[in-house]
Amino acid sequence: MRITMQGISKAFGPVRVLEGVDFAVAGGEIHALMGENGAGKSTLMKILCGVYAADAGSISIDGGPVTVRSTRDAEALGIAMIHQELNLIPQLSVMENLFLGREPRRFGVIAGARMRADAITWLAKVGAGQIDPAREAGTLSIGQQQLVEIAKALSLNARMLIMDEPTAALTDREIHTLFEIMTDLKSRGVAIVYVSHRIEEIFRICDRISVLRDGQFVGERAVRDTSFDEIVKLMVGRELGERFPGRDAALGAVRLRVEDLADAGNVSHIGFEVRAGEVLGIAGLMGAGRSEILRTLFGVNRRTAGRIMLDDAALSNASPSDAIAAGIGFVTEDRKSQGLVLGLSVRENATLVHLNEYARAGIVDARAESAAVQRLIDELRIRTRDAELDVKSLSGGNQQKVVFAKWLAKPPKVLLLDEPTRGVDVGGKAEIYHIINRLAAAGTAIVMVSSELPEVLAMSDRILVMHQGRQAAIFDAKTTTQEEIMTAATGGR
Amino acid sequence: MTPQQKATLQKLGPFIALLAVCLGLAFMSPDFLTVGNVMNVMRQVSINALIAFGMTLVILLGGIDLSVGSMLAVSSVLAAMLMKAGYDPVLATLAAVVAGALMGAVNGLVVAKGKVAPFIATLGMMTVLRGTSLVLSNGSPITGFSSEFFSTLGGGYVFDLIPIPVVWMLAMFALFWFVLKKTVFGRHVYATGGNAEAARLSGVKTDRVQIAVYTLCGVMSAMAGVILTSRLNSAQPTAGVGYELDAIAAVVLGGTSLAGGRGWIFGTLVGALLIGVLNNGLNLMGVSSFYQQVIKGVVILLAVLLDRAGKK
Repeated sequence: MRITMQGISKAFGPVRVLEGVDFAVAGGEIHALMGENGAGKSTLMKILCGVYAADAGSISIDGGPVTVRSTRDAEALGIAMIHQELNLIPQLSVMENLFLGREPRRFGVIAGARMRADAITWLAKVGAGQIDPAREAGTLSIGQQQLVEIAKALSLNARMLIMDEPTAALTDREIHTLFEIMTDLKSRGVAIVYVSHRIEEIFRICDRISVLRDGQFVGERAVRDTSFDEIVKLMVGRELGERFPGRDAALGAVRLRVEDLADAGNVSHIGFEVRAGEVLGIAGLMGAGRSEILRTLFGVNRRTAGRIMLDDAALSNASPSDAIAAGIGFVTEDRKSQGLVLGLSVRENATLVHLNEYARAGIVDARAESAAVQRLIDELRIRTRDAELDVKSLSGGNQQKVVFAKWLAKPPKVLLLDEPTRGVDVGGKAEIYHIINRLAAAGTAIVMVSSELPEVLAMSDRILVMHQGRQAAIFDAKTTTQEEIMTAATGGR
Repeated sequence: MTPQQKATLQKLGPFIALLAVCLGLAFMSPDFLTVGNVMNVMRQVSINALIAFGMTLVILLGGIDLSVGSMLAVSSVLAAMLMKAGYDPVLATLAAVVAGALMGAVNGLVVAKGKVAPFIATLGMMTVLRGTSLVLSNGSPITGFSSEFFSTLGGGYVFDLIPIPVVWMLAMFALFWFVLKKTVFGRHVYATGGNAEAARLSGVKTDRVQIAVYTLCGVMSAMAGVILTSRLNSAQPTAGVGYELDAIAAVVLGGTSLAGGRGWIFGTLVGALLIGVLNNGLNLMGVSSFYQQVIKGVVILLAVLLDRAGKK
């Protein structure tokens, strides 16, 4: 079997996400789809499995054109997607999830015994025979849930599996199991599309690589004929250096000092200093406790040990409002669920943190507020027709700038950044880097968590590496390398 | 039409519906559009409107308050008992309002600190407080207050024309409009209702906002209780049964989203008026009270369905 997508284009409102993309994958191969955040990988795959409709272009299977208008269509064609956010219903049992919407029936009621037997068969095919089909899906580990989803896809006669960042939340052991199953499926003629940022894994498991950049198809290579460097160059489209504005850090006195910090179970023995004007990067694998450090510093998670000193004064930081009062800001990881109130306007979001600055006796001075918002819009170059528009109508990069604006109405002493450029396109990223540099130059101490190593390397002065809740090392960003950081992050020496 | 114009039209939908219903009734019944009748309708609406203003804030938070009718009854019985025991009517009135605040604060504490779903928390309080009002009054109405101050609260007129309850309603409308539109607290209500996590991470003390809002809802219920008691010159321990549904209907008719974060107080005023006008109009036309319920329910469903369709 061979699935071919040709000339696929897609726009969301004014934003062109895909432009004339070609992509092909054959049965019996594992095909990596790579590209930076915002390159259009997920959109392309969602078109293939019927979540979105393409504006232009065609899809064919073994040369015959097909239409995929809904996930039902895709299912009927044998195309299944394992989403990054798993789609099992946590309160239902494994078998109820497996056969959701197509429960085996007898005299109109669910045939429990048959459902159970079928579930065991399918689970065994993905090497998950040990999972009890009656167990609540929510009690399984992420890795096990993923296997259940794969079993579900296979039970739907999937001939093609699309896997979106499948290893992002898995342990090393679970990744190993997953790769064995993928190899097995491949040998049985299933086509697998593997969407991931983890270039090492791709070279380990995949046969071919297609690369997207800014919504366009830029090339396809066989893994055995290419190299890390070539793929990265295809993804980025130019030499790495240009992506990041140069930093010229003038470091001041120590602003933030953290001693022996611990929270309830995620991180412990964390200690570091950040100077005024300095950017401390925090690197590490998913689940290593990077975000938890920020959340504990900001008073979201409870601190169980250690001290936090800001400008030599100890902070209690029992809640976010305490942290804010002390002069700490926090750009959260997930702007939709934690950063913005999507139903409110750009103005209302931008002034949410420091609204009292424009109020007297609790009454907002509308003119002062609007003037401040306009200043922030100009300063951060937020592209919006009108500050009164709903913030959700903005592009990802501009939404992220609104999140920054919340904190910049009154420049913070310390700014915590959690994945500050996630879901932001290349141009938007560069602007956010400029904002970070300007803040540092004005004396803010910055702590930045990022999963993108090049970003951490280029934007930080020093890099703290986390491994399983402990800090493994602190490196000087000028002298360290990606390899050194990865080694520390994976527990090597 | 630009999206903004469309949104404005959408927002004014309930108002247009109210005008249409009024126009229709004016044609069908010559008694409808008389000064006396209009004032009468407004006075009937005022009790529900006062409760619905408090309910609007609760619903903006994504919550619900089922205990408003019971809070009304407890406040009403309390004020009556204090007056009967010889206390000053002004003091009795204030005590009723303070009691409303306390009952509302308990709702707020259970929801914000106890993390109990608002529906369950206020359902429990609804029963507890209904029982309390029966216990306090021994199950029988308390009647006959001789205070002129107290009887004016619900029965008096300004300029011999506008009933005092209507003045209360309009004053509270103006106050709530101002609070939601112009104050930091109002902004925090919208932010908390729209995305509580983002609000908290922006330094909004979301627990305090919740407690304050439920407290306000209690105050408004008590105020409605005092006015009702004054007008009837009697406190009924069973007063206010089902009032929560009328209040919720007014809020939803006015376009405030039950999911929280979106809505406005003007819509609630219009919603309450729409329900009141329908009641009055159907009465004037001699429609049986059984059919009145059917018609009111259909109007509410239609209004919300139209609202949905418009948003797509």
